[in-house]
Amino acid sequence: MIRVAIVGLGKMGLSHLAILRMHPQLQVVGACDTAGYLMDVLAKYTDTPCFADFDRMLDAARPEALLVATPSRSHAGLVEKALERGIHVFCEKPFVLDIKDGERLAALAERKGCVTQVGYHYRFVGAFQEAARVVRSGALGQVHHVRAEAYGPVVLRPKGGTWRSARTEGGGALYDYACHAIDLVNFVAGAPVSTSGVVRHSIFSADVDDEIYCTFHYANGGSGQLCVNWSDESFRKMSTRISIWGTNGRVTADRQECQVYLREGREESRESGKGWTVRYTTDLTDNVWYYLRGEEYSAQIDYWVKSIREKRIDGESSFRSALETDRFVAMITGEAPQPAASPDHAGRVRKRGLLSRLAGRS
Amino acid sequence: MSTPMDRVLFGDNQFFGVNHMSEEKARAQAMRFQDLPAILEVLDIAYRAGIRTFMCTTHERIADVCDHFRANAEKYPDYLFYPCMPYAHKYANAVTEYGAVEALRRLLPQDGVVGAMFKGGMALASKDVEALLQLLVDAEMKMFHGLRTPVIFLQNVVTDLILGLGANVCFRMFADHVRSRYGAEPGFITMNVPRLLDVLDAQGVDNPIVCANINKIGFRMCGGRAAYEQVIATRRFRPVAMSVLASGAIQPREALEYVAGQPRIESIVFGASSAGNIRQTKGIIDELYSA
Repeated sequence: MIRVAIVGLGKMGLSHLAILRMHPQLQVVGACDTAGYLMDVLAKYTDTPCFADFDRMLDAARPEALLVATPSRSHAGLVEKALERGIHVFCEKPFVLDIKDGERLAALAERKGCVTQVGYHYRFVGAFQEAARVVRSGALGQVHHVRAEAYGPVVLRPKGGTWRSARTEGGGALYDYACHAIDLVNFVAGAPVSTSGVVRHSIFSADVDDEIYCTFHYANGGSGQLCVNWSDESFRKMSTRISIWGTNGRVTADRQECQVYLREGREESRESGKGWTVRYTTDLTDNVWYYLRGEEYSAQIDYWVKSIREKRIDGESSFRSALETDRFVAMITGEAPQPAASPDHAGRVRKRGLLSRLAGRS
Repeated sequence: MSTPMDRVLFGDNQFFGVNHMSEEKARAQAMRFQDLPAILEVLDIAYRAGIRTFMCTTHERIADVCDHFRANAEKYPDYLFYPCMPYAHKYANAVTEYGAVEALRRLLPQDGVVGAMFKGGMALASKDVEALLQLLVDAEMKMFHGLRTPVIFLQNVVTDLILGLGANVCFRMFADHVRSRYGAEPGFITMNVPRLLDVLDAQGVDNPIVCANINKIGFRMCGGRAAYEQVIATRRFRPVAMSVLASGAIQPREALEYVAGQPRIESIVFGASSAGNIRQTKGIIDELYSA
């Protein structure tokens, strides 16, 4: 049994606590939150050891692994304390708000041999995994465009008093919604090198962005677009979709299905079918040992546990991988420098790329 | 044994844009059913096909459906509602917007019933989960007043969260309150049948009604199809099968033959939008269970 503790018991934290408790190879030795009310209720009605102080929990409960689900601003400090003690860490997304922290922590984790993971659960959704597989198989030919979209009904009027509405706490649609879409881009299509045409708007919020749009660029001339809006009531809940266009077709995936269109079937890949191939979540989803809100939430924890047991420090959604997503965010906010190639330059590269493809490729 | 449930129950996912296979299909359904008459028309088709139990979430729009059935009681003399509570997004959105305690405060009854407010305030202050749970159940049940609700279900996201957190006594509290206040049988929707049965047993909730995915492809049957088949065959509980078609991944006859082949499944809940699908599904179930 791996001794695990959790800090931060908001909506995600409570859900994580339930999943941790149910995992057959984990023993929950501590849960910590500053909300005294909630901790009292948990202590009274469950057998989870509850702590009000994080350091005391680490001292008293001696966890081998820690799940961090606190507001984003506090991630770096808590993660660092855990890593210094050699504790494996699962951190909710976004990883950190300052990429310098992220670089330091990723290096620290590697030095200490700690297993790390960030809660980008879309990497554990069958339909998105299928999209990534199709792209990697080469069936789409040369990829030249990516579109990632996330919409949902979070901020629908001008108020709100939690940390999610405070810029300094890592609130806003950029950190809450866009991060997922960005990580999905990195997962399915690879990390771009620069961004341009960034639009960040408040629709209702006083302090944070409610919608984010930008263009992004790949080293090989490919491009992409990011569209995120968490003030869209026409969606029942968060809806995320990614589309990838290549010279031989397109793949579009959301949480429920993965649609592939190929101009020509490819002998060398499993995608031999010309035209449409649609696969659904009912077909693409493996059962988990315990289900709460979606298989992916349990699957990502199970993956982390396996990584700990196998000492796999470069697994899916590691700190290094999540740092790529934080870098993308920092390019959007202007906190990370853009590489020398300007968007115009990238555009020219793309055109050359396309021309050479048309002229020279098989 | 308590009053048996009907063999066929009508579900409501299709009315609220819930579809486990396609977001586009879900959106098309949300458009089609945005006005009440479209929902009532489908419920009428189901009723004429012999389905008189509506198993529905406590979505705010169900209140309008309830109004219709209250106003037309003579038209549906034997109609039953099986409320499934809560409509989780309402709570999840409130927690995101206000934080957990403030969300609870806002969702507790505030309509001038001094007793309820007092009780709510006291329950919050004293961290009395039983009193809070009772108030929340009562708030969700308000829309059904004057209608017959012989079974009241806890939605799977709540059942499975309580199960995961190990706050097992909450199941007992829910069962007791539903029985004493509403004269109803408690029901539990879950994605984790084998584990839940152990906990309900330990809490003394005898022969519980448990609604879960039961389908031929094992979709969302945690622990696997074999484990489900075993508990259905051997454990004392009243299974209600949902997601039997796995959102359309299995053909109706094949799907229903599998479910009918399991012993002791008391009811099957399904949602459909077209008269053809409703009559076809009801017809196949009747045929399989009359054989």
